[in-house]
Amino acid sequence: MEKSFGNAAVLRGLDMTVRDGEVVAVFGANGVGKSTLLRVLTTLTRLDHGTISVYGSDLSRRPEIARLLLGAVLHSPMLYGDLTVKENLSFFGKMFRVPRLADRVSELADRMGLTPRLDQKVRELSHGYQKRAALARTLLHRPRLLLLDEAETGLDESARVILDGVISEHRAAGRAVVMTTHSIERGIAGADRVLVLAGGRIALDRPSSQVTPNDVTGLYGDLSSPGSGDA
Amino acid sequence: MGASLATVWTLARKDLLLELRSRDIVLAIVVFALLVITIFTFAVELTPSRSMDVGPGVLWAAVAFAGVLGLNRSFAMEAEGDTLDGLMLTPVSRDLIFFGKMLGNFIFITIAEIVIFPVFEALFNISVLQVETIVIALLASIGFSAVGTAFAAVSVRVRSREIMLPLLFLPASVPLIMAAVESTSVVVNGGSWSAFSDWLQLAIAFDVIFVIASAVLFQFALEN
Repeated sequence: MEKSFGNAAVLRGLDMTVRDGEVVAVFGANGVGKSTLLRVLTTLTRLDHGTISVYGSDLSRRPEIARLLLGAVLHSPMLYGDLTVKENLSFFGKMFRVPRLADRVSELADRMGLTPRLDQKVRELSHGYQKRAALARTLLHRPRLLLLDEAETGLDESARVILDGVISEHRAAGRAVVMTTHSIERGIAGADRVLVLAGGRIALDRPSSQVTPNDVTGLYGDLSSPGSGDA
Repeated sequence: MGASLATVWTLARKDLLLELRSRDIVLAIVVFALLVITIFTFAVELTPSRSMDVGPGVLWAAVAFAGVLGLNRSFAMEAEGDTLDGLMLTPVSRDLIFFGKMLGNFIFITIAEIVIFPVFEALFNISVLQVETIVIALLASIGFSAVGTAFAAVSVRVRSREIMLPLLFLPASVPLIMAAVESTSVVVNGGSWSAFSDWLQLAIAFDVIFVIASAVLFQFALEN
């Protein structure tokens, strides 16, 4: 995968595979391209060169099929502030043609601790509850690949427990998770595999059991800025 | 087909619900258009013949300029909460998103016209509430909403989108505005359908061409 913004090369020949049932934590310093990587995987940002295949569907040729298989929590909750949580979930559920939508919305609201807030407008919710609602929106269509961009940011401890539970259930169901995080210990503990991005490439790719926080932070230094050299 | 129509309606219904809560779009169109019309009633001494001469031009200039405000707002609300990204993450084709947004904008412009036309009729003392004018208004609303939805998508990620949209929308809409003004002029002067059939055909041709072209442009704008 290659992606540049103007003269700044963000992804420079990055090559990765994620397997079913695998949780991959992606680390890297600020601006190294973690969010760009996730946006590229969601089809929101186009690659300059390269291909991405999601369960056999080429993202550039069959994006609609790939989007059915993907779920993403990005920095913004991507919910309509003037609609209630229930209206938002119902709207996005219809976009994904989720069967038995009302039941699915209730089930997810219950799971995320949102049931008392279902009829509240999203803009009236705290940041943490907006994040919970965003996670519920992401899970509506039972995606096979979950993409989480610093999803734990702004969550309180009980919400983090919910998020960890979602990731564990996803793994247990044989589904894949790719997550970026700045919480290194937490990321290593929750992942099966650890990737560290540096210089637009993968500087480290190991099973999490063989990685220490120092291995990760050690790669944040000179190699962290895009285009700063070979990783 | 049924599923596609349901998706288009779901998208438009969402915009209507948001508008019902905020009342940003229709209010902006109505207030701006009525201000333009009111200013003209003071600026020009409206004798019956002069009303018939300048009235149709004032009416459609007011609707077109006011429409830009509403169209800008309808996409700005998608950009503000990054909900446009949320829509892009769904498996719905960009064409259906276009038609959903277009339908919402069509309804907003039409509701605004329902308020604007009677006030215009009262102030200019010319009869525009006729079947012929309603047909012209519907054709104009289809064209405005198609072109406006596509250009709003083009300008939504531009920093100066409030300036960019009118610069793109108004020149492209000139043939439709001309057709609407000339047709309305014939109608208020007592002309029959055949007297403005050429302008009507221009409006229909504009709508057909620009609905298709706008759908393509919209997809291109969102993907890039």
